[in-house]
Parts: sequence; C-alpha cells; structure tokens
Amino acid sequence: MEPFTTLRAIAAPIDITNLDTNQLCPTRFNKIPLTDPDYQRILFNNQRYRNDGTLTDFILNQPPYRDARVLVGDDNFGCGSSRESAVYALVAFGIRAVVAPGFGDIFFSNCTKNGLLPVVVENDVCARWRAALHEAPGLELYVDLEALCVTGPDGETHTFSVHPTIRERMLAGLDDVGITREFDDQIAAFEQTHQASMPWAFRSSG
Amino acid sequence: MARARRLVPECGPIRGPSPPPSGTLVSRPRTLFDKIWDRHAITETAAGDTLLYVDRCYIHEGVRHAFDRMQMNGESVRCPSQVFAFSDHYAPTHQRHLGAAASNDPAIRGMLELADANANRYGIRHYGLDDPNQGILHVVPPELGITQPGLLIVGADSHTSTHGALGALAFGLGASETRHVMTTQTLWQRRPRNLRITVNGQLPFGCTGKDLVLAIIARIGAGGGVGYAIEYAGEGVRSLSMEGRMTVCNMSIEAGARAGMMAPDDTTFDYVRGKPHAPRGDDWDAAVAFWRELPSDPDARFDHEVFIAAAEVAPMVTWGTSPEHACSIDDRVPDPAAADSARQRADHEVALEYMDLKPGQRLTDVPIDRVFIGSCTNGRIEDLRAAARVAERGRARITAWVVPGSMEVKRQAEAEGLHRVFEAAGFEWRAPGCSLCTAINGDEIAPGERCASTSNRNFQGRQGKGGRTHLVSPSMAAAAAIAGRLADVRELGGNG
Ligand code: SF4
Repeated sequence: MEPFTTLRAIAAPIDITNLDTNQLCPTRFNKIPLTDPDYQRILFNNQRYRNDGTLTDFILNQPPYRDARVLVGDDNFGCGSSRESAVYALVAFGIRAVVAPGFGDIFFSNCTKNGLLPVVVENDVCARWRAALHEAPGLELYVDLEALCVTGPDGETHTFSVHPTIRERMLAGLDDVGITREFDDQIAAFEQTHQASMPWAFRSSG
Repeated sequence: MARARRLVPECGPIRGPSPPPSGTLVSRPRTLFDKIWDRHAITETAAGDTLLYVDRCYIHEGVRHAFDRMQMNGESVRCPSQVFAFSDHYAPTHQRHLGAAASNDPAIRGMLELADANANRYGIRHYGLDDPNQGILHVVPPELGITQPGLLIVGADSHTSTHGALGALAFGLGASETRHVMTTQTLWQRRPRNLRITVNGQLPFGCTGKDLVLAIIARIGAGGGVGYAIEYAGEGVRSLSMEGRMTVCNMSIEAGARAGMMAPDDTTFDYVRGKPHAPRGDDWDAAVAFWRELPSDPDARFDHEVFIAAAEVAPMVTWGTSPEHACSIDDRVPDPAAADSARQRADHEVALEYMDLKPGQRLTDVPIDRVFIGSCTNGRIEDLRAAARVAERGRARITAWVVPGSMEVKRQAEAEGLHRVFEAAGFEWRAPGCSLCTAINGDEIAPGERCASTSNRNFQGRQGKGGRTHLVSPSMAAAAAIAGRLADVRELGGNG
C-alpha cells in the first residue's frame, strides 16, 4: 500500500453522525471490481448522483471541495457494514485522511490497510473545523503521521494517537501478510498444539 | 427515545491498557472473552498486538476483493478446511430451480459464478445455490454444528458477531483482514475491552430477542459498544432460546461492538448436540467438559457494565435511519426539539425528513407498504413460527415476503406447514438468501416505499435507493402486514 507520511490538502466537512458504510459505498456497487477505471463514482453515489446520472449539489461535487483529500466527519464515522469497498471508494476519490471524533471499528482497520489515515480528534474541535470549512471553502488541513499532529483550518494544532504498529506500517506502506510470514514456524507449532487440545473441532465430518 | 451516549468519551478503536500477557502463571479471574482470546493467542508484541489463531472463517460472494488480491500475489488458502463459503447476498429468492439464471442481471450472475469459481480454485467448501444446505453465512454454520462454543471465528461480514451466541468469540472483518486470515489462518488484533450487559428478569408478553437488542441499542447508542466485546448475561438472556440469543448477538455491531457473546449452557449444548458437524461420542463428552469451563469466572472484572430491566422492554420499532433511533411501539415519533444536544437534534431532523415522519405522530398510525421477514437477524425457524402465529389471525393487506434464512429453515418450516399458513394469509414464501436485508440480489423496495423489516439496518437506502425501513421483530412485521400500518402485536394477541 501507499505509504503515508504527511499530507497538506483541501478538506471537506461531512456533517453526518453515525455515517454508515452503506452511504460511502451503496451496496449495489460491492460487485464492482477494483480495476474499474471510474471507481470514484461509487463514493456517496446516492447523494452525489441523480437517477439520470447528473451531479447533485452534494458537498463533494462542489468546487473546491471536490478536490478535497481530507474529510472532517462526525462521531462513529464508518459504522455498519464491514465492506472495504467503502474505503476503496474514498481512496479512489482521492481521500487520504479522515478526521473524526470516533470511527466504526472495522472501518478503522480497513482504512489503515489501504493507506487511508483515520485521525481521532475531539468532538468540539471537529465541529469547529467543519464550521470553518463551510464558511471558507478551500481551506487546508495538515496531517503529520511522523509527528502525530494535525493542524486545522483555524491554524490550531492538535496531537493525536495511533497505535505504534499501525503508525509504523502506514509510514512504511507495509503489508500485514508479509510481516506475519515471519512468524510461520511459530504459527505451525501453535496450530499443532492448539488443534490437539480441542480435536473435536478439527475432525472433518458432516 | 433514543439517546446516543458514549460509554467512554475516548477516541477510536486504538486504546485501552495492554492486558497482562497470556500464559502468566497468576490465575486471575477471567471473562468468557478472556478465556477464548488467551487460548488463541500465538504471540503478543510489546506494542500490544496479538497474533490470534483462527479456527473458522466464513465468507460470502462479496469477498471477491480479497480473492482478487490473493490471485494478484499468487497466494493460496492455508487451511481450506477451516474456511466455509456461502452464496447468500446475491442469491435470487425466486425461481431457484434455475440457479444463477434466476437472476436476469448479468452482474449478479457474475458474482454467483465468481464465488463458485473462487471456492473451486482454492478448495473451499461452498454452500452454493444448488447445495441442500445453502443459506446465510450466519444461519447455516450454527445449524450444521460448524459453529461451536470456545472457537475463534471470523467472517467477512460485520454480523459475524451472531456466532457469539453459542459461546464463541466471533467478529467481522473487511477484505484485507479476510485475505490475511485465508492466507495465514491468523489475524493481528488488539484486545478490545469487555462490556457486560446484564438483563435482569424475563421479557414481557409480546417481546423477543429483537425487541431486547433494539432496546439495548437505543439505550447505549449506535457507537456505545465501539472498542468493546460485549457479553450479554442475566436471566433475560439465559431464558432466551438459541434463536433469540443469536438475534441479540447478531446486532452487537449495530451498537458498534465487533463481538457479542453469551456463556454456553445447557440450552447451547442441546442445540449443538446431534448437528452434522457436532462432536460425537467421546469427543462430545470431552467437548462439553471443556465448554462448561468457558463462562466468565464469578469475580471476573469488566471494563464497563450496563444493566437492563427486562420488564421495561416493550415491542420495539425504529423511526429513523440508525438502529439507535428505536422506541416502543406505543411511543410517538420523537420531537428533535427535545433532543439531548444540538448535534442529536440535527441528526434526528435529518432522519425524520428522510423517513417522512412528523414529531409527535403515533407510530401505530404510520402506514406501511412492504413487509420483509427474514435475514440473519430473524430468518430462523423460531422467527418464522412467531410470524406465522400472527399471520394466521388475518390477511396481508400489502406485499409481505417471508424469506427463510437457509434451506434447512425452509425445509423445517414446510414440514411444519408454516408456508401454507403464510400463503393462506397472502404472504409470499420465497427461497433462502439475504434478499431485502441488503437489496443486492435484485430484490429491492421502490423509492419512497416504507418497509417493516426484521433485518438489522435501517440505514438510508439499505433496502433500495430512497426506501424507508422500520426495524421490528418477526411477529411485529406480520402484524404490520395484516394492519397495513405499524401495529402493536400485543393487541393482536400474538406472542413473540
Ligand atoms: S442477511 Fe443482511 S446482515 Fe445478514 S449477512 Fe445477509 S446482508 Fe448481511
């Protein structure tokens, strides 16, 4: 995956509490392969497109927000379905970081596997930043994963925390499977003992 | 009225103290969760990441992104016998003798064919359209005995928490983590915190596991369980059937919790006994002896506790676009002006606008256009029995579908004559699959239509673009079909 170090980019406010992944990627698009050249259209499709295919005035369709690479959201961002296509759609649209007071658990880890940085920042700060972004479209956010800090459109800087392992892997763009391969012997040994301790669960039957 | 309240006002899933390393000699009291986690921990890093061994992995047609990646990298499935595939999301629910051809959408047929091809290519057991045990990935494994207490189970689907009802640790994954499990049979995780929800007393007349879990979500909020594994306990949980327990654990993710679980007991063992994949003979005795050790130790510590009085639960219905927007059927549509905060007010206003409801409106006055009885939340035999008991008291005024959760549920229901009851009452009896729960197999409701649904998500457009969903129990859904509006099942005299 693409490494993430720092990012300075236009930000767009998304004022939806409990934003579910069905909205980020409506279910009918789950079947679209990642190789689709226009994958970005999936993002917020129900809100961004009318039935005749023309664009609505949804915030991500308006200049300059349509060039946003950062979103500032509300609490429980990305709750609901585990579909990773919600993250692929964000990335295809160009989004590399989402700042919000809280995230759905599965969405959070899906983000970190695809080079999209979820940044947890307090509720009040997010609310202020969303308001500022509405007021003056085109303002930028600066996110620094090395230094673990984020600077908002008001120039205020806040620190955030990311689990050290996630940070390390995202900074280097490392793939989990490659890392786990180094534990192959340990896994094989564990597997043998584990299966022997509950053999009923591993006999082929039925 | 629904109240979104964070139990812990902290940030995202990366938090919480590092637990004591597994394998320490000091025997501290442990929770059900701890016992299963510790048993599956291969190693733990200094930073607090645990490499877990995965006993079972459940997948469906939607994991095509994981397989695409594996193909690109030339990776194989490490333990094909521990991966189980299901065709459910894209399964047509009519004309099933035609197989995938029952769908006239080439993209849907393509997904079903791709699922078959990937299962064949990687040597995975696939419960495909023509399999006598086809069904939803959270309905079939328990009914075949593939899900057992004490196992660590993952699924490429957020409702994998369902399997926790049998005393397993089960949670959902995205495509990247699913690929990791299929290629290594392991998964890196950080230990979530433990939340116990104790339900005191027994549920009143007309109330089911569905009403209980909706009441819990309304209380703790759609984000209230983020970062936690939930253990449901207490008499109100122990007195539920296995089906009712699965309904509760199924919706843990709607409170934000990746895992929900319940202590295995005699109800669990009676349910598992004799299933095709269940242990037999000496294996059975050894398994039960092990399973009996799993419940949380009496003095085990939970990071947070919530108590619910079962007697206060009433038949529930959602009025908005998040499962936390739930209240009792005899309530009125809430007034956003009375919300706890400005944010909540704005959230409720948007929800009511989408749902086309007015503050103060009586919920029992809300007209309904469609009814859906099914899904991994409420598509099991007991759910269909409850719905049939109500259906036989009247006749559906609107289009009402019954979609069994699996072929086995369908067979059993037909053996009991339930399909006749439904058909006589004007309900449509269909073939198993996810169907209107997620509306990607071609089944969907029209824009603006209002559906009383036994599924788990009332998100905008979940049942079809512009569609409106009211989540209810199976008996409440049948009551809505007969009344043509949301209705209180207690007034029809039908019990859940
Ligand atoms: S029935 Fe609905 S929630 Fe359950 S697995 Fe299918 S789509 Fe997901």
